[in-house]
Amino acid sequence: MNVKFFSYIVKRVLLAFVTVIAVITITFFAMQAIPGGPFTSEKSVSADTLALLEAQYGLDKPLFIQYLNYLKGALVWNFGPSIKQTGRYVSDIIFTDFKISGIIGLIALIIATTFGIFFGSIAATRQNHWDDRVIMVLSTACIALPSFIIATVFLLVFCVQLNVLPIGSTSIGGYVLPTLTLSLYPMAYITRLTRSSTLDVLNQDYIKMARAKGLPNYKVLFKHALRNSLTPVITYIGPEFAYIITGSLVVEKIFAIPGLGNDFVGSISNRDYPMIMGTTIFLTDIMVIMLLVSDILYKVADPKVDFD
Amino acid sequence: MTGNENGMRLGFGLGKKNPLSMQVDLTRLQRATDEEQKSTDIKGKSSSFAKDGMKRLLKNPIADISMVVILLIVLAVIIIPEVWPYSYDLQLGTKYSDGSYNNLGPMEYGTTELAKIAAGETIWPHLFGTDSLGRDYFIRVVYGARISLIVGVFASVIVLVIGSIYGAISGYFGGKVDMIMMRIVDIIYSLPDLLIIVLLSSILNTVLSFSSGSFLATLGTGMISIFIVFALLYWVGMARLVRGQILSLKKEDFVLASKASGASGPWIIFKHLLPNSLSVIIISVTLQIPSAIFTESFLSFIGLGVSAPMPSLGSLADDALGSIQSYPYRLIIPAAIISLIILAFNLLGDGLRDAFDPKLQK
Repeated sequence: MNVKFFSYIVKRVLLAFVTVIAVITITFFAMQAIPGGPFTSEKSVSADTLALLEAQYGLDKPLFIQYLNYLKGALVWNFGPSIKQTGRYVSDIIFTDFKISGIIGLIALIIATTFGIFFGSIAATRQNHWDDRVIMVLSTACIALPSFIIATVFLLVFCVQLNVLPIGSTSIGGYVLPTLTLSLYPMAYITRLTRSSTLDVLNQDYIKMARAKGLPNYKVLFKHALRNSLTPVITYIGPEFAYIITGSLVVEKIFAIPGLGNDFVGSISNRDYPMIMGTTIFLTDIMVIMLLVSDILYKVADPKVDFD
Repeated sequence: MTGNENGMRLGFGLGKKNPLSMQVDLTRLQRATDEEQKSTDIKGKSSSFAKDGMKRLLKNPIADISMVVILLIVLAVIIIPEVWPYSYDLQLGTKYSDGSYNNLGPMEYGTTELAKIAAGETIWPHLFGTDSLGRDYFIRVVYGARISLIVGVFASVIVLVIGSIYGAISGYFGGKVDMIMMRIVDIIYSLPDLLIIVLLSSILNTVLSFSSGSFLATLGTGMISIFIVFALLYWVGMARLVRGQILSLKKEDFVLASKASGASGPWIIFKHLLPNSLSVIIISVTLQIPSAIFTESFLSFIGLGVSAPMPSLGSLADDALGSIQSYPYRLIIPAAIISLIILAFNLLGDGLRDAFDPKLQK
C-alpha cells in the first residue's frame, strides 16, 4: 500500500466523519428551533417538576454542553426515549424496524442486480435492434417515474383491479409488490450502466481477438466482456443499498409495511422529534459507511483510477 | 554578396529569364471576370454554435415531442384556470348546500345542476367529477400542475443563481479559496439530501409563520421550506459543474486578453466565463426542473408540501390514495401528469445534452 493510497483513505474517512458530525449538528439545532421543549404536552406540569425533569435530562445546562452531550449520544446511536411511543427507546424502534426494511432492500437489490445485468448485456449485444430499443425505453421510464407513482399503479393493478395480492398484510404476499417497486429503479439504472460499459468493452481489441479466434458469441460475452464491464455496476451497488432503504419511505407508506421508512413518515406527522432525528442520523451513518466502503473498494479494484 | 541580396534577386528577378525557372510569369496572367469572382463567394450563411445545436435538437424527434408536450402543459396551466368556471377551492356542495356534489363521477352533475339542465340551461361539465369536498377535480389537477411547475422552475432558478456564482468564484480564484469552498461543497454533497429535506421541511413547517393574506402565506410554509431546502442543499451539483467549466475556460487567451486590458474579477466572471459555460448550465437546469418537481410531489405525498386547500400533483395523489378502491382515476390522473412532466423534461434535457455538449460530438 503506497502513501498516496493511505492518504486517500485518511481523507475519505475524515470526510465521512465530518458528514456525520454535520448531520448531527443540523438535527440538534433544528430540534432547538422548534418551539416548546420535550416535556411540553397536553398535561400541565408544575414548574418544580419541570425543573427536576430538565435537570435529570441535562436540559438545564448551557446549549453548548447540551450539544456535546447529544453528539456523544448520537455517535453511539443513543437518541433517548421516543415522545409519542412512550416507554420505548428510539434506538430500539429503529433496530426493530430496520430489520424489515433491510431485508426488503436486500432482496430488491439482488433482483435488481441480476435482472439489470441480464437486460443490460442483452441490450448491448443487440445494439440498435428492437429488443435494445424496448429495454432502453422501459429503463428510461423506470428512472424518470417517481417510485410512489410506480407503487400506486402496482397497488391499483394487482391489489384493487386483479385482487391477486393482499394490501398491508404481513404475510409473504404483502412483501412482493414493495420489493418489486424498490427494485425497479436500481434495475433500470444497472441495465443502462451494464449496457454502456459492455458496449465500451466490446469495442476493445481483446474482444476482437476472442471473436477472431472463433469463439461463440455467448462465450465472448460471458467469459471475456462481462468480467470487465461489471466494475461500474459493483461500485454502484454499495451506495444503492443505502439509498434503497431511504427510498422506501413512500413505498413502505403506500404498502403499509411496518419498516423504518413507514415509522419515519409516521413520526413526521406525529411530530415525534427524537424519532425524526434518530432515524435521520441512523440512515446517514449507514449511507456514509456504504459510500466509504464502496469508494475504497473501487480504488482497490481498479488500479487505473487516480487518487485526488 | 550576402545571402539576403541573393534571395531578393532570385525572388524578384523577373527580367532575367531562366528557361528552367518555376517562376510565374506575371505578364501572362489574366484578370478574373466578375462572374468568376462571384463563384468564390461564400455561399451558405455562417453557422454559429447555437444554431448548430438547435439544428441538431430539432432533428431529434424525442426532444421535439418533449418540447411540444411541455409547451402544451405550460399553456394549459396558464390559460385554463383563468377561463374555467370553477375555482380550485370552491366547494360546490357548500355553495348550493347540497351533498350530492361530493364525489361526483366524471361528467356527472349535482341535483341542482340537473334541474337547471332540465330547464334548458347549459352547465359546464365536471370533466373529472368532484372530490370528497365537492371541488371540481379537473381544475384542481390543472392547478396542481401549475404549482408543481412553479416549484420546479423557481427551485431551479435558485439552484442556478447560487450554484453558478459559487462555482464561478471558486473556479476563477482557485488556490486556497477554491480548496475551502470545494470542501464545503463536498460535505453538503455527501449529506443524504432526501433525509435532510424531510427533516428541515418538517421543522420549518412548525417554525415558519406568515401573516395571513400575504403571498407567502397563500403559498404555505411547506412550499417556502422546499425553496429554502433547495437554496441550502441542491446548488452543489451546479457549483461543481460550473467550477469545472470555469477552470478550463480561464486558461483561454480571451480571458488573458481581458485581464491584460485591466478587467476586474467580477467583470471577467459575468462577462466572459459564465456566458461561455451557458450551454452546460442550461442543460443542467433543464434536468434540475424535473428533479425539483419530483421532490415537491414526494414531499406533498408524505404530507410536507403545499398546505390545503391549495393542491399540488403530489398532494392530490396522496389524497386519492385513501379512496383508491372506489375512485382509482383520482390517483391515475395526477400520477400520469407528474410522470408526463418529469419524463418530458428529462428527455428534453437528454436531447439538449446530445445537441449542445461539445464533448459528446463525434
